[in-house]
Amino acid sequence: MAKKTTKKSNETGWDYAPSLESIGHIDLKESYDLFIDGKWVKPSSGKYFETINPANEKVLAKVAHANEEDVDRAVKAARKAYDTVWSKMPASERAKYIFRIARLMQERARELSVIETLDAGKSIRESRDIDVPLACNHFFYYAGWADKLEYAFPNRDFEPLGVAGQIIPWNFPLLMAAWKIAPALAAGNTVVLKPAETTPLTALKLAEIIELSGLPPGVVNIVTGFGDTGAAIVEHPEVNKVAFTGSTAVGKHIQRAVAGTDKKVTLELGGKSSNIIFEDAPIDQAVEGIINGIFFNQGHVCCAGSRLFVQESVAELVVRKLKQRMDSLYVGDPLDKNTDIGAINSKEQLEVINKYIKIGIEEGAEMYQPNCELPDKGYFCRPTLFSNVAQSNVIAQEEIFGPVLTIQTFRTVDEVIQKANNSPYGLAAGVWTDKGSRIFNLTSKLRAGVVWANTYNKFDPASPFGGYKESGFGREGGLHGLRAYVKLK
Amino acid sequence: MQGLKMVLNMIDLTTLEGKDTPGKVKQMCYKAQHLHDSYPGLPTVAAVCVYPSMVGVARKELRSNTVKIASVSTAFPSGQAPMSVKLEDTRFAVSEGADEIDMVISRGKFLAGEYNFVFDEIAAIKEACGKARLKVILETGELSTLDNVRRASDIAIHAGADFIKTSTGKIQPAATMQVTYTMLMAIRDHYDRTGIMIGMKPAGGISTSKLALHNLVMVKEVLGDQWLSNEWFRFGASSLANDVLMQIMKTETGVYQSPDYFSMD
Repeated sequence: MAKKTTKKSNETGWDYAPSLESIGHIDLKESYDLFIDGKWVKPSSGKYFETINPANEKVLAKVAHANEEDVDRAVKAARKAYDTVWSKMPASERAKYIFRIARLMQERARELSVIETLDAGKSIRESRDIDVPLACNHFFYYAGWADKLEYAFPNRDFEPLGVAGQIIPWNFPLLMAAWKIAPALAAGNTVVLKPAETTPLTALKLAEIIELSGLPPGVVNIVTGFGDTGAAIVEHPEVNKVAFTGSTAVGKHIQRAVAGTDKKVTLELGGKSSNIIFEDAPIDQAVEGIINGIFFNQGHVCCAGSRLFVQESVAELVVRKLKQRMDSLYVGDPLDKNTDIGAINSKEQLEVINKYIKIGIEEGAEMYQPNCELPDKGYFCRPTLFSNVAQSNVIAQEEIFGPVLTIQTFRTVDEVIQKANNSPYGLAAGVWTDKGSRIFNLTSKLRAGVVWANTYNKFDPASPFGGYKESGFGREGGLHGLRAYVKLK
Repeated sequence: MQGLKMVLNMIDLTTLEGKDTPGKVKQMCYKAQHLHDSYPGLPTVAAVCVYPSMVGVARKELRSNTVKIASVSTAFPSGQAPMSVKLEDTRFAVSEGADEIDMVISRGKFLAGEYNFVFDEIAAIKEACGKARLKVILETGELSTLDNVRRASDIAIHAGADFIKTSTGKIQPAATMQVTYTMLMAIRDHYDRTGIMIGMKPAGGISTSKLALHNLVMVKEVLGDQWLSNEWFRFGASSLANDVLMQIMKTETGVYQSPDYFSMD
């Protein structure tokens, strides 16, 4: 509905030269084994799988596929390390190791961010400025807690759980590893971690860093593989705690698998989070926030603000500005520092997203995509907006996990609270308004684990993160994150 | 390189000091037309920016008219003078041959909430400008919040500004990215509503090529390519030109040259 397009070609046009981050300094091996008991060991299956760069479909490395036997070895190593070393070590010593890991990660931040971008398809700007620094900060933060746990749980006796089996997703590979490993170690547990099959490389680099840090063998074990590897971890009788981040479907499966055991579980699952704009909101800021909320990391964010609710009086303005802003997003090579939206993580995920876009069109919603060029190779998706959407549309109900935003309008506060809560998920929400009292009203009524006010996708190691309803349970980050890794007596 | 040349061509080469003399202005006018003669093919700057008393001098030096003459007015930089003086100041500058007038708003009145006064003042000066284009200096360093910057931008645009400009250069902070961004948004919203283009001039503190390119990128991303000419975008700067020249020569030759190779007018 923009009256005039702001893009005019071309006599005064100014195109930026590509600004590619160098990949000369990274050190990737041709193939990676499993990191068990402080050593790199070959998988007993002898099988390896390829991990590719989703931006150009080229193979980056081969990675071992761990089977039940390998997982058993890893869990036994973790158990032994727990019994003989890690649980006996003074907490202040544990803290030193965690600090050391954090510092080593910082030193190699450039390498980690480039590898993250290559393997996951996310823009270098994001992995450099967000993923990697945040991951380091999680280690720093929990290192600080390690010898102060009595203050985290005042007047309570507590002990670590033992061996934590951790399964992480492909959207923030290194950051999720940090979210999982750092609190587990700080609380005195040992770890068996499985990265996602499409993005195992930064976890393996982290294993190298851990090796370099001199962490006692077996305290952290990293086993790569597919769903069967994850299942072997979940079902292993000597695992005391299962921490999972991923889809709701798999989360439910895990919950069934651990039923009847005394394994503790935390699940961080899907979402269909709402972003709510009131008429008194600072509109330009809100538009930036919506863009960041849904297009950050190509929309591969469990708390992505994928359902936008706009008060009717400003709907036209907001939609116009959103389209304008979408026109200025750069979709392309993730290694280019100008890129806003990188590659979709995998072919499968691109198919899922395209399926939902098709459904949206069939459902009669009005679609808008900027007219940007996409690279010939690799998996890319234009930022997409659907207006004219109702709660009963599939695209407004199911998690798409891609750069697809649905827009609904509302009239009153009660109406928007009802609609925002009308979802099986409850991970996050955003509220945009100039009025403080309205923010507090909404934060107390929205059934979501995180509610951001006049911002979105803000993360900090000190603030807990987790869901309501089918978005999971348990909290990660902050003081709350420690609780998931101790037994309170 | 394209960006650097564009920056050069958007500069309002400025001298606004009590100690300015005709000699100083003459030298600057020559520099404006001959940025770096040892490297042919460079554009000139967009304009020179001087006090009203120096407009006549500049007019004599700049006959070709490719380089425009901008004059500050309305009791620059404070704006603390009666309306009649401000109008006379403006008429004088125009009659001396100024192509563009850089006025200051009455920040005191603005902060006291007398928006109508500010509006009327701008409208009156605009009338006094005749054919000269009017740049309205908000002096954002004194407005204290971005909300105020936005409100002042809207007032200036509606009152008839051809350009809105951040600062006099006499107050810190001057043209920060946030302030410029806020003003660009005001321009964009006005354009979306009316189809009328308004120019933008950040001034003060932009002294390196890098910062200038940051600003250009911002203009391109917020307003689009059509604003990327000196008709719609200017840098108010005194020392930026030489840094840009230095970067251009570096890009051409692969090595940095000593600042002594770039004239200091």
